[in-house]
Amino acid sequence: MKPAPFAYHAPTTIDEALAILGQDLDGSRLLAGGQSLAPMLNLRLASFDNLIDLNCIAGLDHIRIESGGIVIGALARQYDVAHNDDVRSRLPVLSTALGHVAHTAISNRGTVVGSLCHADPAAEIPAVWLAVGGKLSAQSPAGIRTVRAESFFDSNFTTTLKPDEVATEVRFDLATGTTGWSFEEIARRHGDFALAGVVIQLSLDGGSISDPRIVVFGVGATPVRLAGVETRIAGTSKLDDGLLDQVVADVTAELNPPGDIHATTEYRRHIAGVLVRRGIPRALEDAQSRV
Amino acid sequence: MATTKHAISLTVNGEHSEVRVEARRTLADVIREELGLTGTKLGCEHGVCGACTVIVDGRSARSCLMFAVQANGSEITTVEGLDVDGKLDFVQQAFTENHGLQCGFCTPGILMSVHSFLKNNPNPTEEEIRIELSGNICRCTGYQNIVASIAAAAAASR
Repeated sequence: MKPAPFAYHAPTTIDEALAILGQDLDGSRLLAGGQSLAPMLNLRLASFDNLIDLNCIAGLDHIRIESGGIVIGALARQYDVAHNDDVRSRLPVLSTALGHVAHTAISNRGTVVGSLCHADPAAEIPAVWLAVGGKLSAQSPAGIRTVRAESFFDSNFTTTLKPDEVATEVRFDLATGTTGWSFEEIARRHGDFALAGVVIQLSLDGGSISDPRIVVFGVGATPVRLAGVETRIAGTSKLDDGLLDQVVADVTAELNPPGDIHATTEYRRHIAGVLVRRGIPRALEDAQSRV
Repeated sequence: MATTKHAISLTVNGEHSEVRVEARRTLADVIREELGLTGTKLGCEHGVCGACTVIVDGRSARSCLMFAVQANGSEITTVEGLDVDGKLDFVQQAFTENHGLQCGFCTPGILMSVHSFLKNNPNPTEEEIRIELSGNICRCTGYQNIVASIAAAAAASR
C-alpha cells in the first residue's frame, strides 16, 4: 500500500525541528532511520499530517566513548554501531545484539536511538540498553533532560518521552571490573523480531557473580528485568543443575507473556526459561575469559 | 499543503534526473514510475521481502522504506546500472552460471544486496552468506543455488 499524504519538513538544526514540532504536537512525527515508521505509514497503520525528517541535522551521528559510557547519536546507523571498534571491544553484547536486528539494507538506515523510541517489545536494542543501563537525552524548548533506561519504557510501543521532545543521543553505561555478557534469542528467521530473547550482563567479584542484570524481551509489553533471578544467582561462583532448575522456575513464575500467531503464551514462557538457563553460564564463562 | 510537490534531483546509474514528487512517494515508486526503471521490484512494501533493495550513496537500502524526497542529491544504483555495455557484471554472471534464479522477481534486490555485502566482506563464509540472504525472500529456488552463486561471485571478485 501507499502512505497517506503528509507534509515533509527537513530542518537542519534541532531548534528548527523543535519549532516545527511545536506547531502541531499531535499531528507530527519525527523521522530518523524510518525503518519502522515507513512500514507503518505504507501499511496505513499510522498517518501524520507532518513528518519531520531529522536526517539533515548535522552532528547527530556520533558514536563515542566518554567516561564510563558509550554515547550514540540519534542518527548513528545500526550497521555503523555494530561495526564500531569501540563498541565491539567495550560493549560486545551490543554488537552481537545488533547482528540480530533486521538485515543489512535495513540496519544501514535504521538507528539505535530510533529503535529505543519505537519501543517494540520484541526488539533487541531496548533490552540491551535496559540490561547495561544508561540514559537518553531528550531536548525540548524547555531544555535538555535525561531519562534513565529503567524509566524510559512505558508499554507496547510507548515511552515516557514527551510529545515536544526530540531524543538526541543515548548513553550505554560501561560496567567496571571483569564483566561478561550473553545474548540469546529465538526467531523464526535470522533478523526477524524474536519470539523471546534474553540479554545478560554480570561481573565477577573474587570469582563470584556480582551485579547480574538479566533482561528478557518479546515476553511482555516492555523488556523486563528479572529481579528474582538476579537475586538467585548473585554471589554464586558455581552454577549447578539444581540452581539452574530454580532459575527456570523463577523465570516461569515471573513471566506471563502474550500469545499470538507466532507463539503461544506457554511456548514463549518455556523458551524464555530455556534461554535464561543457557545464557547465564555463557555470560559467566565470558566474564571468566576476560579475567 | 499535504500534496505539495518537491523538486528533487537524483543521480541514478550515473544519469542525472530532476523530478517533482509528492513527499509520500517512496523512492521505489519514483525509480519505477517516474524514471521508468522497472528492474527494481516491489513485493511487500514494508521492508521484509528485500525485492526493492537498491544502493543509495554506496550502501544498500530498501527503496520502499525511503521517501524519494529523502534521497534528494543522492547517487543511486539499481539493477539496470550493473552491466557494462550490455555485458553482465561479475555478480550477474555468477547467478547465470550457477542457476541462481528461477522466476527472477527477487533477483534484482538480491543482486544489489550482494554487491553491498561483497564490498564489505569480500571473503564470506557460507554462514555469513546465508545470514545476509535472510534479508531477501525467494520463493522459487530453495536458496541453494543462490548461495552457490554468491560464493562464486565472491571468488570471481578476488
